[in-house]
Amino acid sequence: MLCLLFFLVTAVGAELCQPDAENAFKVRLSIRTALGDKAYAWDTNEEYLFKAMVAFSMRKVPNRETTEISHVLLCNVTQRVSFWFVVTDPSKNHTLPAVEIQSAIRMNRNRINSAFFLNDQTLEFLKIPSTLAPPTDPTMPIWMIIFSVIFCIVIVAVMLLIFSGIRQRRRKSKGPSEVDDTEDKCENMITIENGIPCDPLDTKGGHINDVFMTEDERLTPL
Amino acid sequence: MAWAGGAEPHGDGRGDKRPAWDNKGQYLLSCLGFAVGLGNIWRFPYLCQTHGGGAFLIPYLIALVLEGIPVFYIELAIGQCLRRGSIGVWTAVSPYLGLGCLTVSFLVSLYYNTVLSWVLWYLLNSFQDPLPWSSCPLDINRTGAFEAECQASSTVSYFWYRQTLNITADISDNGSIQWRLLACLAASWAVVYLCVIRGIETTGKAIYFTALFPYLVLTIFLIRGLTLPGAVRGLIYLFTPNPGRGVQTLRNPRVWLDAATQIFFSLSLAFGGHIAFASYNPPRNNCEKDAVTVALVNSLTSLYASIAVFSVLGFKAANDHGNLLRLLNAFDLPDQSISRDDYAAVLAHLNATQPESVARLPLEVCQLEDFLDKSASGTGLAFVVFTEAVLHMPGAPGWAVLFFGMLFTLGLSSMFGNLEGIITPLLDLGVLRRSVPKEVLTGLVCLLCFLSATCFALQSGSYWLQVFDSYAAPLNLIIFAFFEVVGIAYVYGMPRFSDDIACMTGRRPGLYWRVTWKVVSPLLLLTIFVAYIAVLAWTPLSYRAWDPQYVGPLGATGSHFGPALAFPWCHTWQDGCPKLQEGGAS
Repeated sequence: MLCLLFFLVTAVGAELCQPDAENAFKVRLSIRTALGDKAYAWDTNEEYLFKAMVAFSMRKVPNRETTEISHVLLCNVTQRVSFWFVVTDPSKNHTLPAVEIQSAIRMNRNRINSAFFLNDQTLEFLKIPSTLAPPTDPTMPIWMIIFSVIFCIVIVAVMLLIFSGIRQRRRKSKGPSEVDDTEDKCENMITIENGIPCDPLDTKGGHINDVFMTEDERLTPL
Repeated sequence: MAWAGGAEPHGDGRGDKRPAWDNKGQYLLSCLGFAVGLGNIWRFPYLCQTHGGGAFLIPYLIALVLEGIPVFYIELAIGQCLRRGSIGVWTAVSPYLGLGCLTVSFLVSLYYNTVLSWVLWYLLNSFQDPLPWSSCPLDINRTGAFEAECQASSTVSYFWYRQTLNITADISDNGSIQWRLLACLAASWAVVYLCVIRGIETTGKAIYFTALFPYLVLTIFLIRGLTLPGAVRGLIYLFTPNPGRGVQTLRNPRVWLDAATQIFFSLSLAFGGHIAFASYNPPRNNCEKDAVTVALVNSLTSLYASIAVFSVLGFKAANDHGNLLRLLNAFDLPDQSISRDDYAAVLAHLNATQPESVARLPLEVCQLEDFLDKSASGTGLAFVVFTEAVLHMPGAPGWAVLFFGMLFTLGLSSMFGNLEGIITPLLDLGVLRRSVPKEVLTGLVCLLCFLSATCFALQSGSYWLQVFDSYAAPLNLIIFAFFEVVGIAYVYGMPRFSDDIACMTGRRPGLYWRVTWKVVSPLLLLTIFVAYIAVLAWTPLSYRAWDPQYVGPLGATGSHFGPALAFPWCHTWQDGCPKLQEGGAS
């Protein structure tokens, strides 16, 4: 009797959960794409976790707090990994409407994803669109901030160069007259070096040493 | 003596001592920076690959030896010898030649800096994670669907054509000024002015960074690119001649024409910029060695860049796995069980066992070669293809910043040469009084260029740029170069020129130089000119347009050729392999 009941239950279950059945959803996982070397194998324990997560999501829906893990049926598990699932009501005769399951899964998508270390792209519920993040509209786009910074730096640098150029030109126009003054000063300094007027051609104040005779007188005329 | 042509040995038209380079390194880097520009990155790799890789290098090298280096040497020698800009130098030959060079430099500066402003825009937008061209924006009503135009083409194309250019469908439809582009244009002209403000005094300092930074970034990209998967396939594709063509490539006149024009524009000849740079040299300087060095380094840079670019493109092509995913999902095969190499075998097997299911799948024939064939040149390479490649690399914003920073500095160093080609002749002519500082002249030139270039910030600005780039500059440059060579060889006189060179470098030019100057280069330039005219006459003038309403043969919206002068339309295929939509059922 018990065996018959068991068969009946599984038979009913098999009917309820079929590809393209009413209120059935296909799930597709891409574990290797998401985790690479750290990918885990998909076995019955992982399926149990999945059923638990779905049941958890359904329990959060008002009127469905009594959903059990056994109410979630999986079928057609392939190597891809993909499978179909349905959620039945406590009587296990009918499946819960797709709309309820959809909203429940969408509410808890994040929890389900993180339970498997996957994201919306690698754990796909076909026909359940993922909720997109709200568009971030920054008050000031980033490019404008960087643009203003660069533009200000450039303008400041141009101003600096222009002003330094003006200053250089002013110094140069003052420059030649200053150079002349110093040259005069140099001449004055030469002439009054050591307090003695150094004018080699000027014999004022000096005596001619008679020992050093001129060349002409040394050589006796022929 | 050597200073023939009636020019003073020292000083310029203003009477003060002529400015000079701080050291030879600045001069060489300036010439190199002027020669190495955006074309080395996005024109040469495309040509190299289109004409069959390794086979293209032969006409390229021949053109370099017979045409590029001789004309380049003439420019450097005449500038160094006569110590004047382009107008002063060519007065002996024809006053209009110098004026023509100046005008062409002016026109090219206008649209070249516009391209730089686009690069600047992308650079500014690269400082965020995720990059703005990685996803489609939501549509106006925020109903959860993405913008239709974006979904129909691709996120990068949408960002380029809509969010950057906001392009109209037709060149006659001007649209409104895009203030973002105008702001970027103002910023790039401000940067150019900052660097050119005192002539070579300031560009000489800036060139150390702008000329060397691109090489650093290219090396980084090369190393990174070679370590990416699929890079080797890209390189193999670059260098192997197309199957069935091989040696026949050399018999195709189009290849020779492309090689000759590429070498010509790559070295930035006939702009007057090299003449201006050389005019600031000391009179006794070995300009022969300079010319050969700079020309060779320019060509090697092109080769280096094409290796870096194609290794990244190979990686990008290997990333397109839309078909693989479709097969895996349809036949419930284990995740990542089919690698790219197995794809063909697995598809054949499945086709044999379950042909009806396979036929129902929307598989596109997406081969590496097809993908690499399309839009891998010009702005398409930088703003559409490469930006998408960068998206897939880990640490994408950093790579984007590096890439666009490299493009910006490359273009900037070329702009220095363009502007010197304008400013130096004006200074020599003495258009402004001696009391007016040089900063005012450069400021006026930059302001005038900026105001003239505002037309490129219109919505149809990109089309005008294409028209300018394709038709305005190239013909004029070839004519000017032809007259330059003929003028030196026949009007100025080879004996006189040989004397000048002997004085500057210490020995007279050898047989190779004399033969190329007198015979080979003028003939080559004349041939290119005639071929250009012929090509223009035979093909209808056209430009690539982006029309959101146009639906291509593969159901993807995209660009197509539009008439430049109301000639019949010719549609082309674009954006062939649509990617798998993200986030849900395919």
